[in-house]
Amino acid sequence: MRNTTFILLLILVAGAVFGIARLINNAYVFFAGYVVLQYVVLATAWNILGGYTGYVNFGIAAFFAMGAYTTVVLHKIAPMPLPLMMLIGGGVSGVIGLGTGYLTLRLRGTYFAIATLAMAVVVQTLITNWSFVGGSRGAYIVRPAEAPFFAGDYIQYLFLVMLGLSVISVAIARAIEHSRLGYGFAAIRDDEGAAEASGVPTLRLKLIATALSGGFMGMAGAPLPYYVTYLDPASGFSLSYAVNTIAMPLIGGTESWFGPIIGAVLLGTLQQVATVTISSALSLLIVGLLLVAFVIAAPKGILGWFKR
Amino acid sequence: MSPLLEVSGLGKRFGGFVALADVDLTVAEGERLGLIGPNGSGKSTLVNCLSGTLHNETGQVRFAGQLLNGLSAHQRTRLGMARSFQLPRPFSTMTLSENLRIPLLYAVRSRDKAATADIDARCLVLLEMVGLADKAARLPGDLTQIEMRKLELARAMAAEPRLLIADEVMAGLSHQEVDDILALLLRLNVEGMTIILIEHIMRAVLAFSQRLVVLVAGRKIADGDPQAIVRQPDVVQAYLGS
Repeated sequence: MRNTTFILLLILVAGAVFGIARLINNAYVFFAGYVVLQYVVLATAWNILGGYTGYVNFGIAAFFAMGAYTTVVLHKIAPMPLPLMMLIGGGVSGVIGLGTGYLTLRLRGTYFAIATLAMAVVVQTLITNWSFVGGSRGAYIVRPAEAPFFAGDYIQYLFLVMLGLSVISVAIARAIEHSRLGYGFAAIRDDEGAAEASGVPTLRLKLIATALSGGFMGMAGAPLPYYVTYLDPASGFSLSYAVNTIAMPLIGGTESWFGPIIGAVLLGTLQQVATVTISSALSLLIVGLLLVAFVIAAPKGILGWFKR
Repeated sequence: MSPLLEVSGLGKRFGGFVALADVDLTVAEGERLGLIGPNGSGKSTLVNCLSGTLHNETGQVRFAGQLLNGLSAHQRTRLGMARSFQLPRPFSTMTLSENLRIPLLYAVRSRDKAATADIDARCLVLLEMVGLADKAARLPGDLTQIEMRKLELARAMAAEPRLLIADEVMAGLSHQEVDDILALLLRLNVEGMTIILIEHIMRAVLAFSQRLVVLVAGRKIADGDPQAIVRQPDVVQAYLGS
């Protein structure tokens, strides 16, 4: 399928999702749907680096929270439309991704994963000690009085924005997969030395992957302050973001753009349902159990069932 | 005419172990050079230093008149120097055809954007050359070790190098297969490719090489006519013991 056809189809699907959510006409559907969509973006972004390029990033919370805290800063000094804030937040996280990629360029496998986890701790410590953004007390964000659409219903607006970001991130992930860049990423994942010997500029490609991946995580985090209206480091940098974001592509399948979507929709929805019907503490247990089950029964994820 | 490859005073040590010491080597354009030496004599280290996988501490490498010091492996491949790995390192999640796509997309296309128009056909032609065309859609995991060596060679060929360094591509092959690969390498050479062959199969080395270089314990002990060199006493001693 050509990229343009795919994007049209994707927009159609997104339109249908939004239409159905409107039909149900329950604020909670948007509220929960936002979280699921946020994970679609996070999982897709993680997969660009983790699935395509083979570098496991545990520092998701840092990229995500930096996007969120960029919004907090912008909200205080120069209020502007949310999509613009997301672009800037994505830019900030993209630069952090670039820096992380550059500093860890000699690290592979587990060492890279540990370095990214350490980076998340460093960034969290910095934010916790920065009183301008609330420090450890956290920051209260007052939503704009009026949302641009839907007679001012801000949750619906956030849902739509995140839906749009999902479409963009999935379209880009899929375009990469079938491109020269995607082949280069896959070559790095399979054997970095052999990739170099075949003419692949591995360092440059790794930096592209870390920047892209980090950037999309930042964009996914940027609307968070308006969603929660109160953001503190403990929740913004919560380990559950990292755990969920890694679990979703692994459960769905990492080799294709569709895997993270399956994982995010399945796991995200399950968690939201469990939160409402049983308890919110149970949602992480579900992730853990599913992850164990999939590692044993389907190491290549749900997509792996359909391939040989 | 200046040589295609010019190595002077090349040295490489791993901690206290001297892997290569003061190696000088020139290869002319279009030449077929055989490189032999006992196990651990530094042949693969030399290949790694030439191709940029390792960085030599002393000496310099000049390729097509350009000094390669500090250039990374992919830059050297793009300049026209390709190597195969002694232990095959295929891209394991890609089909054989896709394995060859990588050098075509990254090495060949960096030189000439239009060169990769019909990339699938090119991959098939290359697989045909090493006799793997019928397995184009398979994964490397389905191959035997010997087929993987052929894939490794095909991937190095796919980069369309001026200088091909074939690191033990014939090990384990049958008599007939050695002849097939030899014929392939000779054909590439006739078409203008300069080739360095590293090999333990003396029959193949002698049939292939116009010139022979012998490495022993990181030093070059002989360089010249193959037939004369294999009768040189110090070479015989290095291989068979005194």
